[in-house]
Amino acid sequence: MATARPVRAGLSGPAAASRDPVESFVRRHRSRPLEALPWLIAIACYFAFPDYDALGAQIFATILFALSLDLVLGYAGIVTLGHAAFFGTGAYAAGLLAAHGWGEPLTGLCIAAIVAGLLGLATGALILRTTGLSLLMQTLVVSVMLYEAANKARPITGGDDGLQGMQVWPIFGRLPFDLFGRTAYWYCLAILFLGWLMARQIVHSAFGRSLVGMRENPARMHALGAPVGRRRLILYTIAAALAGIAGALIAQITQVVGLSSLGLDRSGAVLIMLIIGGVGRLYGAFIGVPLYMIAQDRFAELDPTEWYFWIGLLMVLVVLFARGGVLGLVQSRLRQ
Amino acid sequence: MAQILSAALSIGFHGLAFAMVLYLISVGLSVTMGLMGFVNLAHGVFAMAGGYVMTGLMSRLGLPFALALAIAVTGVALASVVFERLLYRRFYGGAELDQVLLTMGLIFISVAVAKHFFGSQAQAMQPPLALSGRIDLAGRDFPAYRGFLILCGAALVTALWLGLERTRFGAQIRAAVDNLRMAQSVGIDTSLLFTFAFALGSGLAALGGGLGADILAIDPNYALENLVYFLIVVAVGGLGSIRGPFLAALLLGIGDTAFKYLLPEFGAFFIYAIAMGILLWRPRGLFGRA
Repeated sequence: MATARPVRAGLSGPAAASRDPVESFVRRHRSRPLEALPWLIAIACYFAFPDYDALGAQIFATILFALSLDLVLGYAGIVTLGHAAFFGTGAYAAGLLAAHGWGEPLTGLCIAAIVAGLLGLATGALILRTTGLSLLMQTLVVSVMLYEAANKARPITGGDDGLQGMQVWPIFGRLPFDLFGRTAYWYCLAILFLGWLMARQIVHSAFGRSLVGMRENPARMHALGAPVGRRRLILYTIAAALAGIAGALIAQITQVVGLSSLGLDRSGAVLIMLIIGGVGRLYGAFIGVPLYMIAQDRFAELDPTEWYFWIGLLMVLVVLFARGGVLGLVQSRLRQ
Repeated sequence: MAQILSAALSIGFHGLAFAMVLYLISVGLSVTMGLMGFVNLAHGVFAMAGGYVMTGLMSRLGLPFALALAIAVTGVALASVVFERLLYRRFYGGAELDQVLLTMGLIFISVAVAKHFFGSQAQAMQPPLALSGRIDLAGRDFPAYRGFLILCGAALVTALWLGLERTRFGAQIRAAVDNLRMAQSVGIDTSLLFTFAFALGSGLAALGGGLGADILAIDPNYALENLVYFLIVVAVGGLGSIRGPFLAALLLGIGDTAFKYLLPEFGAFFIYAIAMGILLWRPRGLFGRA
């Protein structure tokens, strides 16, 4: 079933939507001052919390992952339980390259993106024909199949011991990855910035708007002559490639790839992070991921079991009382 | 030749026992999804709760097997009514994403609660003395408990099907699955019906979880680990169908046992591939309505 939600008009609110459509399109592409905020905070954090660079780098890579999920879930309206399939594929692609003698990070990212994108294209072409529960199941089955394959292909992937022995070369041959994650911090931030530019471009383009139309009313978009299936497939492929890049980033900065990168709990966790921030708003990932990961870093060491409890409770509460996540709350507060 | 027959017998026996457990747990999920339009990923939590209550009562209080199982089933069915009235009800027929998030949240809570009270190791299940021996089938011996599981499952399935065909309650459920609005307009109290159906489904899940505790081990990650199996049974069988999931459970139970026996190096890979193939071929499942 398509989710029956009112069409949202991004951060600019309902005012922009009510004006001339051409004007509103142009306005969308224009950058707003507020959009610089996440990047300024990220740069400030480097100087304010020098001990947390490694965590920061992981947060940036996970934001990219959540951003790719936002494209699939928030804009195309595809409810997926298996987005980690692409994340893990990218991670294993980059990891296997680096473990077998090609540790150049940027080409590693490109290859990870291609492999994950191809997987997205292949599985998307098969499963996007279905809808509702069947589609949900297919996304889940794709990811558990990959998990099982990686688990059983022990000689290649290391199975549940994880893939070890990665040698990642310095970026551009000059900037080696250090123990404290300083290089990783800027590396991930830069890649996230590029990924965000791309996602923003997609979302604000005519292509992105047509996706929102398909999410709200696929039958009507069909009637208007929009190639619904093809566009959803294109978006699914792009999002898969972005998720693959995110996985490759994590693999390169931690120098290990575990089975958990393909797991159902990974798909679930990224979903939660995105929901906490707000779905279909492009910036939800930038709020939800840091909140979740910093809280996890603080509390999970105390008691990982309790962490699961609070996360579960938070999910229930968000669904009951704060459907739009943090951004949704802010938005409704601003409107009042 | 004798070897092949013997292997087939073994696969069939264990597969059938597994299938019964899968069906008992999943049939309620099929009804929830088909009748209320609710994707209840947390259905396995009720099965896990049944398993924990039963094993806990047996090991800590020393209650006999049958009594512990009966208490577990009744308790879980009653508790599920509270969940249904307080949480689930608001989301019937609503956005899929909300349902997925809500029930994923419940799964996470269940993992934490189970670990807190019972620790992370699996709960040992001690079948009653009369069933803990072994039985002889065509020259091979099998655990008697699994045989009991198959017979018990077959009896319950028959009772369930007869109940749905012959009783007023069953007729109401079938009517509501077929056409909810029509059922409401002929005066069926669907709100009450939903609650009963939900409690019945959860009770059956608890029964499956308790009876099947030696096949699907009761540990804190139960609901998450077995989620794929329960969902496959329902999706392949067809939403809202009562018989479809039985066929799907047979396919999955016997297929999974066969692949793990014959091709252990591939694990569950093929069974997932087959499930995916069936869903691509018939997106609404084998018995789903177009």
